[in-house]
Amino acid sequence: MADAIRRQTVGARLLRGALYAVLILAALFYALPLLIMLITSIKPLSEITAGSLLSLPQNPTLAPWTKAWGEACTGMRCEGVGGYFWNSFAIVIPAVLISTAAGALNGYALTKWRFKGAEIVFALMLFGCFIPFQVVLLPMAQTLGWLGLSSSRAGLVLVHVVFGIAFTTLFFRNFYVGIPDELVSAAKLDGAGFFRIFWRILLPVSAPIIVVSIIWQFTQIWNDFLFGVAFSGHDTQPVTVALNNLVNTSTGVTEYNVNMAAAMIAALPTLVVYVLAGKYFVRGLTAGSVKG
Amino acid sequence: MAALEIDQVRKEFGRERVLKDVSLSIESGQFLILVGPSGCGKSTLMNAIAGLEPVTSGHIRIDGEDVTGRTPAERDIAMVFQSYALYPSMTVRQNISFGLEMRKVPKAERIEAVERVADLLQISHLLERKPAQLSGGQRQRVAMGRALAREPKVYLFDEPLSNLDAKLRVDMRTEIKKLHQRLGTTIVYVTHDQVEAMTLADKIAVMRDGHILQLGSPDEVYNDPVDMFVAGFMGSPSMNFIRATLEQSDGGVQLRIETPSEESLTLPWPAARTTEALTERIGKTVILGLRPEHFSEEDARLGAQAEGTPMTATVSVVEPTGADILLRLPLGEEEITARVGPKCAVAPGDRLALRVDMSRAVMFDANSEQRIA
Repeated sequence: MADAIRRQTVGARLLRGALYAVLILAALFYALPLLIMLITSIKPLSEITAGSLLSLPQNPTLAPWTKAWGEACTGMRCEGVGGYFWNSFAIVIPAVLISTAAGALNGYALTKWRFKGAEIVFALMLFGCFIPFQVVLLPMAQTLGWLGLSSSRAGLVLVHVVFGIAFTTLFFRNFYVGIPDELVSAAKLDGAGFFRIFWRILLPVSAPIIVVSIIWQFTQIWNDFLFGVAFSGHDTQPVTVALNNLVNTSTGVTEYNVNMAAAMIAALPTLVVYVLAGKYFVRGLTAGSVKG
Repeated sequence: MAALEIDQVRKEFGRERVLKDVSLSIESGQFLILVGPSGCGKSTLMNAIAGLEPVTSGHIRIDGEDVTGRTPAERDIAMVFQSYALYPSMTVRQNISFGLEMRKVPKAERIEAVERVADLLQISHLLERKPAQLSGGQRQRVAMGRALAREPKVYLFDEPLSNLDAKLRVDMRTEIKKLHQRLGTTIVYVTHDQVEAMTLADKIAVMRDGHILQLGSPDEVYNDPVDMFVAGFMGSPSMNFIRATLEQSDGGVQLRIETPSEESLTLPWPAARTTEALTERIGKTVILGLRPEHFSEEDARLGAQAEGTPMTATVSVVEPTGADILLRLPLGEEEITARVGPKCAVAPGDRLALRVDMSRAVMFDANSEQRIA
């Protein structure tokens, strides 16, 4: 479309200019909170209380970052959010991998080995995407208690996997629906079984949807606060809960710079994931929608 | 012993009966073609033979062994799919050897088998490519190579040429025929293209609504169809069906075709094919079946020696195909197609003298559409 032939009149150029202006303004508007967080996190506290929100730092310092990471008080302890940051990874990585693997298998079974009631099973799983988290807090706490997983990382992983499967199954099911059934038939005739077909035929072409699933699940689980605050113990809190505690712990003056640095630390992994794999995310979501 | 035997196979999806008591058998080395319009059950039958769809009742035997309850892998068959179904993440070499690998064939033998089929199909230079880097014709070859590598008892081809362009389709058709003549394999081949069926098959099964209407050699199916459906389905342009009344004539029976504007036309039925049953139908309406090539233009040079029954008709449309000319002529209530030589100088509106070869004509019951003579 960019090459479409059209006459460049003065009016058209003005319109084009206005269009860009609006888009740039909108982009700045959306980037502003992040910029302010970043600026504030490297200002000394004195500059924050004296200067305006938008003023650039005169004496940039990394002290708020090191404090947020290792010294700031989160409730009773004053060890920063660093430990909880690794906690989050310890919860997120297994939960993402398990829920993605389970979703892939579910999607494969639901599309390529249709059984009686497959549609109903899928409809129920889809329904799982719309259950509000709050509804299951109490029954889930009970279940974790029975399983002996209360306040443990494994318990949190389980909760996230159970909730994530609805989404990952939806992703993989919709992706595999677009892969011709004849591929599976051919592999069956060649003598491959259920897992062999999945491993050798389906999985190697699933990269786009695996990326989508991983990004989606990583962001969801990393950003989760509710399950984290409800089901974690002191030592197993994810970074989101620690951030909340840090901000809510008042020791006289509110250290905005430390709070901002901690918030940046908590948000960093999801940002990095988006920057590195964002284009694959869009590509994966639109894969199959266009014949190619 | 039959290489493949289908014994009263039924297939029902819920209440819908897709295959209704289908039975057939082919000998080792035969080329069977299942042909019919969309939804006739030919692909379902193919899937049943492959074991991809369980049958509701009946038996399928390969080399005398009942395989009805076996998985596709246990049946020793290979299939070429309409979409080729090449594994997208594997190279051509891996695609061809995958089936052997699954059957735990030693690596040395696998390599040998790949080389053998690659030579046979002239795809040796493509072995390291991925399917996405191949053209349609090349993919088709690889799909056949995958089937040939394993040397199974029966090969199944599911509309393998329908995704190719017209010229390539004709080339590949010839290649499949050559391959069959060379390897002597047993092949079941599904198509809706009656030209493919005629050119390739040893045996054709014409299917409709889950039944096999006729099972026979291409010649039988073409020249001796059991009913109007088979007669109309095989052949292009298709057979002309002309409403006529059966009458007594001097030597036997004749067919009277009423034309609205002119005097009616009578065509004598060959005496050799006049049966008792036919004379009982005198006075009744029947359908006369004449293929376009049963007509020919009157050749003045032959004079009295000309064969066939003379008739004249007004030409409404002239369609030259290069090899010959197709004419549309109103006859009775219908418009018929006649195939005449390419040198026939004729224009729309002309009155044309034709000869009809009644010895090859067929006759059907007007109601049941079954063949009566």
